[in-house]
Amino acid sequence: MLIIGELINSSRKAIRPAMEAYDAKAIQELAIEQAEAGANYIDVNCGTFVDDEEERMAWLVQTVQEVTDLPLSIDTPDTNVLARGLSLCKNGQPFVNSITAEKDRFAATLPLVAQYHAKVVALCMDDNGMPTTKEERVDIATRLINGLTQGGVPLEDIYIDPLVKPISTADQAGRDVLNTITVIKEAFPTVNFICGLSNISFGLPNRKWINRAFMVQTMTAGMNGYILNPTDQVMMAMLYASDALLGNDPFCGRFIAAHRKGLYEDI
Amino acid sequence: MTDLVKLSDFLVTGDKDNAIATAKALLESGTAPLDIINNGLITGMSRVGELFKEGEMFVPEVMLSAQVMTETVATIKPYIKEGEMVYKGKIVIGTVKGDLHDIGKNLVALMLENNGFEVINLGSDKGPNDFLAAIEKHEPQIIALSALLTTTMPMMSKIIEAVDKEGLRPGVNVIIGGAPVTQDFADKIGANGYSEDATGAVMLCQKLLHP
Repeated sequence: MLIIGELINSSRKAIRPAMEAYDAKAIQELAIEQAEAGANYIDVNCGTFVDDEEERMAWLVQTVQEVTDLPLSIDTPDTNVLARGLSLCKNGQPFVNSITAEKDRFAATLPLVAQYHAKVVALCMDDNGMPTTKEERVDIATRLINGLTQGGVPLEDIYIDPLVKPISTADQAGRDVLNTITVIKEAFPTVNFICGLSNISFGLPNRKWINRAFMVQTMTAGMNGYILNPTDQVMMAMLYASDALLGNDPFCGRFIAAHRKGLYEDI
Repeated sequence: MTDLVKLSDFLVTGDKDNAIATAKALLESGTAPLDIINNGLITGMSRVGELFKEGEMFVPEVMLSAQVMTETVATIKPYIKEGEMVYKGKIVIGTVKGDLHDIGKNLVALMLENNGFEVINLGSDKGPNDFLAAIEKHEPQIIALSALLTTTMPMMSKIIEAVDKEGLRPGVNVIIGGAPVTQDFADKIGANGYSEDATGAVMLCQKLLHP
């Protein structure tokens, strides 16, 4: 199971002021906190700084790497920003977050993924926008996988993001994601899947519960990566339990380690 | 409880069968079709808007109520005499280029439609040329722009510049909205109006077109 910690993102109100002020300590604390909570990657996103995103990205990458050995996920649709971020990564294989099947973006992003031997989040969307049906999703994912592998990216480094839409506006949206994973897995058994967990519950009360249930369901269908808040104790408790139940945790080692760390206390 | 109040309650609870049955009973008992729409359905939809704003109702419920409204109006429409229907105006709505978020924008479109406006929904990822073409084709009194990303907000300003370059204001009003958008930003880029939610957007359009 691959976990990308999502907390260092300038669109989060809680962290935005620290980013504005170049408050390295606050950023580094967030990185350490997520690393200790079990993240495998630290995502960095400064997309709200429209005028100087590239300089901000350079600062973020360097600042985070001062306190953690975890590799980074460079989160931007802008290929200049992406290139700058990747050029500064020194903690092992970086993650590109993200590529899409949009013609221009795909063409500009692919060489960077290949050059840095990065893992890549491949969003199921193209120049027609976001898919609405399972068939469209599968079609876009297939094009992404073929295009990336032809460009030299190994299948094991591709993480398909089926693009989760809220069930509040389309009540089959959850089901669609599960079916999509199943169909793509049949065609490409070794490709990976990743998604965020907050879109699904937009517009509904008790969102955390929807998010947690969806994590268990998608994992059962074959999802093996999440972009989430690893300091959400209940979410992580469910994640380790679910992973062990699916037979992905030899001798239940990670589940028991989480227990020893106290993850299951006071919840 | 009068049948009109009952009708608006059925709308709020999303009970389509009873809403349509009640509307039919009202028509048979001689209630004017427009009276049913204005004092039954629109009253109900305004309450839906308020309850949504207060966090008492949720997105799927609003969508269901809107669907019940549309179907009930379709039942009533054949009984409306020519020229009787008040036409409130035409609005072109869309999410700006670079932005694919359309849920909030669609809710605003639904609320406007259900309050008597004709709405042309362009969808998402629409730039200056898309809006200019839509203005030429549909001749709306208002264009409504939505953005959910701070990175796409500047596109709103570009669309307003394009509208002004063609000299289309004051014939067309430009209104804006979306999570990161504020009244300050609207003033700064010279929009004709801003609303923070769907209910406010309905009031804003009323105010702009029927002061």
